[in-house]
Amino acid sequence: MVAWYPITPSTSLIEATTDLLKKFRVTPEGKATFAVVQAEDELAAIGMVLGAGWAGARAMTSTSGPGISLMAEFSGLGYYAEIPGVIFDVQRTGPSTGMPTRTQQSDLLSTAFLSHGDTRHPVLLPGSMKECFEFGYAAFDLAERMQTPVFVLTDLDLGMNNWMSEQFVYPEKPLDRGKVLTAEELEKLGSFSRYRDVDGDAIGWRTLPGTAHPKAAYFTRGSGHNDAAGYTERPEEYQAVMERLARKFERARTMVPAPVEYRNGKAKIGFLAYGSTDFALRESLDQIEKEHGLSADYMRIRAFPFAHEIHDFVASHERVYVVEQNRDAQMASLLKLDLAAEQVVKLRSILHYNGLPIDARTITEEFRTKEGL
Amino acid sequence: MATATASGAAGPKLNHIGLPIVEYRGGKSTLCAGCGHNAISERIIDAMFEMGVEPERVMKMSGIGCSSKSPAYFMNRSFSFNSVHGRMPSITTGAVLANSTMKALGISGDGDTASIGMGQFVHLLRRNLPMIYIIEDNGVYGLTKGQFSATADIGSRLKTGVINDLPPIDTCALAIQLGATFVGRSFSGDKKQLLSMLKAAIAHKGTVLLDVISPCVTFNDHEGSTKSYKFLQDHDEPINEVGFVASFDDIEVDYDSGQVYDVEMHDGSQLRLRKLLEDYDPTDKANAVRTLMEAQEKDEILTGVFYIDTQKPTFLDQLNMVDEPLATLPESLTRPPKSALESLMANLQ
Repeated sequence: MVAWYPITPSTSLIEATTDLLKKFRVTPEGKATFAVVQAEDELAAIGMVLGAGWAGARAMTSTSGPGISLMAEFSGLGYYAEIPGVIFDVQRTGPSTGMPTRTQQSDLLSTAFLSHGDTRHPVLLPGSMKECFEFGYAAFDLAERMQTPVFVLTDLDLGMNNWMSEQFVYPEKPLDRGKVLTAEELEKLGSFSRYRDVDGDAIGWRTLPGTAHPKAAYFTRGSGHNDAAGYTERPEEYQAVMERLARKFERARTMVPAPVEYRNGKAKIGFLAYGSTDFALRESLDQIEKEHGLSADYMRIRAFPFAHEIHDFVASHERVYVVEQNRDAQMASLLKLDLAAEQVVKLRSILHYNGLPIDARTITEEFRTKEGL
Repeated sequence: MATATASGAAGPKLNHIGLPIVEYRGGKSTLCAGCGHNAISERIIDAMFEMGVEPERVMKMSGIGCSSKSPAYFMNRSFSFNSVHGRMPSITTGAVLANSTMKALGISGDGDTASIGMGQFVHLLRRNLPMIYIIEDNGVYGLTKGQFSATADIGSRLKTGVINDLPPIDTCALAIQLGATFVGRSFSGDKKQLLSMLKAAIAHKGTVLLDVISPCVTFNDHEGSTKSYKFLQDHDEPINEVGFVASFDDIEVDYDSGQVYDVEMHDGSQLRLRKLLEDYDPTDKANAVRTLMEAQEKDEILTGVFYIDTQKPTFLDQLNMVDEPLATLPESLTRPPKSALESLMANLQ
């Protein structure tokens, strides 16, 4: 199920998706095995995604900055009520309306913590056309496995421009539909509690509407609930659910796409980057080596929460440059929240945020200035 | 209860799928004693029981407010989603698209629908999504202790003395105009009418909008309120008497045939409307809206079935979807073969 509201530069993604669905998701009888709904706004778009995810269908929406802001309240519901859904954010230049036809990586912090209260979301950061394809289906597996909204952040450069790409590889693994109890399984168990951590993985079992068992139903709510999905204002019951949600998010470090290490020659200086910054940074690293005789290491971050390898990478370098396309060093800020205090001081930022895609020379010059070369 | 059969001398009455009414009950209400919403919950239980709807085939959807809490007080065996304020329509749309074999019952209030939820409400109506949308309408915000809502009548007075001077939104007129295919208004205190309307709503395929005036005993049931029990009893003008004969039923509704408007429902049930308003035709859209507007000018609260259209395609028809739920389609139907990707790649070379 796809629900969306037109917004530059994410409309291309939906239009391409719709064309492919019409081509490949129609039965021999001519019936659609999908639904695409142009919603009245982004609030409705994500509402439809969560409604469909709750009822058991894989559901997605695609949007850009202003739409992300409108999806804030529902994102918190998805997190707290534990409902799968996938939100693609083809980032454009903010803040506010900004420059809709220009690119940026400036929605990272707002998507990672989208909504009020203690809320956090897995964010996938594809860095190429091929990864946009791969993270496309990985996001649905992750959303259903973790029972939570998953954000996939591309940007206008990846989302609208033409690219050379490696061939996409057909996925061999079956879909991971997550922990769903059938009527037969429920009959054996006798009963279930929607939010109880019975397997020690911080993820409860869910039933889908229509499961033909008198004990299959549960009450989904965004209000305080206990592990049996009952309304609660009891401190210990509320806190138990919040603590489990934190454990679940912690586990996601190993469930999201791992970072890619391009160079690790045990250099003193390391680089971290993500998304479409990759190409410019790789070229810049060649420039730095050629022009300054300096070899630096590079790890590309592909998701939040951060994998342990990212911590190790920072720990094993003297200085780490975080290169990104926004003014406020959003990735560096997010890293600072996660790293140990003695590691935080190693971070330096190279920032580019004029709306045009980042280029190698900008990175090289900024690095040269900062290093005093 | 014409549909119930006795399971034995001492046993409870069972409906035509063999369930006693207790299987349709919910938790104990935490709303105020005498709240109209509790009466509506009771009628929903009766209607679902009498229609023999399997509880597991029902999705109870709601937003935020006193009304939206009420799904906890009926049908515990049904799946329930208490979402965010004013957004029940989008959650329901997604859920119905994921599993179109389920019966969706949305419970909202006048604030949840006509203020914060207006955007989603009007677009839901346009789509004619198969669902029953009940507005438990008391003209007042109860959980936040008594502010006017957008359905409060001009001149209506709050306990604090505040007078409402903005015009009310008539959700029924809007629904008729925008594309809902079963639109009616009832009063939580009118057991017979509300029960018949709910049963017909269960048989309807398309968006049902029922605006049920439901007095708030705590904040809006005093002299000067136009949504009080007293005012409703004095100003309620039924336009038709609503009778309903379920498809599995063979009882006769004893109306004089000359005054009756019969509507055949999708499942073969009969909705039988005895005209109380002369020449009222519930399939005439323009006349329905005009009748509501005229009643408002006369300070009358019309109740009954204002509009019905059993022919209009639903949103599901328009999307031309498979009959099976999208939620449980096998991977063989949802993942295109390797050759599909290969041909796409070849075309890009």
